[in-house]
Amino acid sequence: MTDLDPALDLRRSRHDPVPEHLAELERTWLSPPGFLGWFTHVNHTSIGLRFLITSLVFFMLAGLLGLAMRMQLLSPLNGFLDPDTYNQVMTVHGTAMMFLFAIPAMEGIGIYLVPLMVGARDMAFPRLNAFGYYVYLIGGTTFFASLFLGLAPDAGWFNYVPLSNRDYSEGYGIDVWTTMITFIEVSALTAAVELIVTIFKLRVPGMSLHRMPIFVWAILVMAFMILFAMPSVIVASAFLMMDRLVETQFFVAEMGGSPLLWQHLFWFFGHPEVYIILVPALGIVTTIVVTFTQRPVFGYTALVLAIVGIGMVSFGLWVHHMYTTGLPLLGRSFFQAASAMIAIASGVQIFSWIATLWGARIRFATPMWFVLGFFGVFIAGGLTGVMVASVPFDRQVHDTYFVVAHFHYVLVGGAVFPLFAGLYYWFPKATGRLLHEGLGKWSCAIIFAGFNVTFFPMHQLGLEGMPRRVYTYLPEMDWTFLNQLSSIGSLILAAGFALTLWNVIRSLRHGADSPPNPWHAPTLDWATTSPPLNCNFARQAVVESRHPVWDWSRDGKRGVVDGLRSDRRETVVTTLLDARPQSVQILPKPTPWPFFSAVIASICFFGLIFSPWFYVAGVFGTFVTFVFWFLPRKREEVV
Amino acid sequence: MRSRLPIRISGAALVLGVLANCSGSQNVLAPASDDARLIALLTYWLFGVAVIVFFVTIALLLLGLLLSRGGKERPISFRASTALVVTGGVVAPIFAIIALTLSGVMIGDETEGPRGEAGPRIEVVGRLWWWEFRYLDEAGEVVAVTANELHLPVGKRARLELISDNVIHSFWVPNLQGKTDLIPGTHNELYAEPAVPGVWRGQCAEFCGIQHALMGFVVVAEPEPDYQAWLAAEAEDAATTEGPGFDVFMKYGCGDCHTIRGTEAQGEEGPDLTHLASRRTLAAATLPNTRGNLGGWITSTHSVKPGALMPETAPEAAELQLLLDFLESLE
Repeated sequence: MTDLDPALDLRRSRHDPVPEHLAELERTWLSPPGFLGWFTHVNHTSIGLRFLITSLVFFMLAGLLGLAMRMQLLSPLNGFLDPDTYNQVMTVHGTAMMFLFAIPAMEGIGIYLVPLMVGARDMAFPRLNAFGYYVYLIGGTTFFASLFLGLAPDAGWFNYVPLSNRDYSEGYGIDVWTTMITFIEVSALTAAVELIVTIFKLRVPGMSLHRMPIFVWAILVMAFMILFAMPSVIVASAFLMMDRLVETQFFVAEMGGSPLLWQHLFWFFGHPEVYIILVPALGIVTTIVVTFTQRPVFGYTALVLAIVGIGMVSFGLWVHHMYTTGLPLLGRSFFQAASAMIAIASGVQIFSWIATLWGARIRFATPMWFVLGFFGVFIAGGLTGVMVASVPFDRQVHDTYFVVAHFHYVLVGGAVFPLFAGLYYWFPKATGRLLHEGLGKWSCAIIFAGFNVTFFPMHQLGLEGMPRRVYTYLPEMDWTFLNQLSSIGSLILAAGFALTLWNVIRSLRHGADSPPNPWHAPTLDWATTSPPLNCNFARQAVVESRHPVWDWSRDGKRGVVDGLRSDRRETVVTTLLDARPQSVQILPKPTPWPFFSAVIASICFFGLIFSPWFYVAGVFGTFVTFVFWFLPRKREEVV
Repeated sequence: MRSRLPIRISGAALVLGVLANCSGSQNVLAPASDDARLIALLTYWLFGVAVIVFFVTIALLLLGLLLSRGGKERPISFRASTALVVTGGVVAPIFAIIALTLSGVMIGDETEGPRGEAGPRIEVVGRLWWWEFRYLDEAGEVVAVTANELHLPVGKRARLELISDNVIHSFWVPNLQGKTDLIPGTHNELYAEPAVPGVWRGQCAEFCGIQHALMGFVVVAEPEPDYQAWLAAEAEDAATTEGPGFDVFMKYGCGDCHTIRGTEAQGEEGPDLTHLASRRTLAAATLPNTRGNLGGWITSTHSVKPGALMPETAPEAAELQLLLDFLESLE
């Protein structure tokens, strides 16, 4: 373990009977080693990293599917993928990027960082956390594997009815989509509940709401958005599942159902979804801007309001995905104005960052490079977003490559660039090693160039009339050149990502050792060792401003929480607004039962595809595992 | 007298080199109707403003970044920062929102409404994966049925009733009008009013299954007299209603799915073939209508369009020639 500046070192306090105290604490918080031990981990650092790594693996796989599509579209009437395969690849690419990569990656980074940033020793419900991860791992793997078993869905990630009804999609593909997506959303909901309670109740004393790092605010807003948005898609996919399995008629027009109902439910989730991905990324950007300028962010309150505002407004926009469905113009106009209002919230943030960066001595390390890449790409994507908010313009470009370009600019610019900035920024925190700066900057530059070569031409393709979701096009359409350009760009883009992958693999073994706080960051996540102790902090901190670590290094003093036991897992509970100490929460120990619950639930969800009786089996099966999970602790364990 | 906005698309396209385009077949920026012209104008405005905002913001960012060169901090004051955030983040977007909403409502109202001189009523039916066009008379009775080729009179506002009894499709002719979906159980309509004679291409824009990519059609705009003449011819029964080629047609079951008016071939699954030979394309605007392509389409349907619902038919060589002779006679 590297030594910290004594003033910052929360492992030691003059009150401590060191080092026995710390040794016992570390034993108490130890995650069991070994293969079998792996299934019992509940510590948030362990679960958070798993979420992140798993989601990055899905990102890579779904990215390869994207490459496959680009290769198919390299030339007109190409035969690289047949239409059936192309539609499966397209569906799995979209679904995986949204449900298996973007949301879980943001959840993972939140689960890993939030307790560290608020100074807690773990999250509020560690076992629920583990359950959520296994649900995601099993559901995601099953979903992706369907592609290789010929069971993959092929009706697009938006899965519109009636195309996804039994009449037009036989086979198990759509069933895999409905069951696995519903299932994976359970995992998102557990993470959301977990994050909200942790942020509200487990902040260290003194960290009142207005002292919370912006990143924590962003994760809080994301968690609430998940909580309100996900039930909508769960309801929609459950309805569709029932339409397909037991012939309910929710979406069947001839039987009094409505295909448009699906679109409303789906986009009521689907639009907030985009901001669920974007909002944490905005938090990452703020964190990095603050650290690399060594300045407090300008307009903290405005930024928080902007993030909360995005969260609220994002629930009033969904109809802009449905401008062409024949809804009355007056209704669409309302959503048009609401959609454009996002520009205010985004504008406030962008200009607050510019004000913070203005004239600062900036450390141009790789995370900052990715943040600058984010500015370029995301602003462009935001502006095309305002364009497509216009009803008449959208009626032309809706469902064309213009929209494909737009949302890749927003999602890659708004989420992937910040995520990679975060990867380079927090890699030393999680591993104790620095990533290679030279490789990192090359990777950033290549990703930026490759991205723009891939996606910028798509704007024009859309205006030239190329619809989305097409497996091929005719030579006489004059779309060939731009498609070739785009396909070449996708290879450059992939090379850029591969460079970061190589950087990670290389740095895990040979990376330079990182100082405890390599970027001189102000937040509590850097006030412990890297990687963090099992217990995160030997002494929980008391904070008095938004930048506790800067305070301590300036004053050479700090406050700590005293009196927690080291022979069981304890963390301080504080009040919601002012973070005044309230009580101590005793957190549960490692256990395999969340894993067993998740396995049983997975089998039953998957079995639903074949027989509704699996539902009944699932209720009883998971009940048994829940009994063991929640079995009251023995007296001597509690005391 | 309707107002026509004088728009010089070509000039604007030169200025905005990035978006310039000269292919007129299926293109948002090559408008052939007042509706599409208004939307193209809106496109240039939106694009122009977006470009300005983009470069101003990036310039501000770069300016702020470059100021500290030389290792000295040169922050702006709190008041200047506040002014920056309020101007850039609140005031400017509010103006943009107002302009966007007003232009959206006004242009939306102008382009989507039934203004102008009423034209024909035509039912547009989305099939798997081709288009059926049914021409209605004043009383709403079907006069003629055709497939994958829509004829419209110039200068009249045709009312297209969008119908689907299967999955959702979306009717889109970018040169004429924005798209509108065909949704089972929902009655949607769209107005199309070509300002000049011409031929354009349209395509399904909502993902509708395995052959969504090649579900195209042709739009032909003609002056009113030519249109009426075409419609009258199209309403006629087939020019040939018997002969050895027709026998081959029936022998291989083609008549179970296709209609040839005036014969016992009355199938409804596939396109109406009564005037097949007069159409410009085959297989939903995928192949030019030539004898070779027609033969290829009949015998190797699934090589051209994997997943298409029409079965491949393999008549003997002599039979195939008879069949092609017959189909080519269906003027």
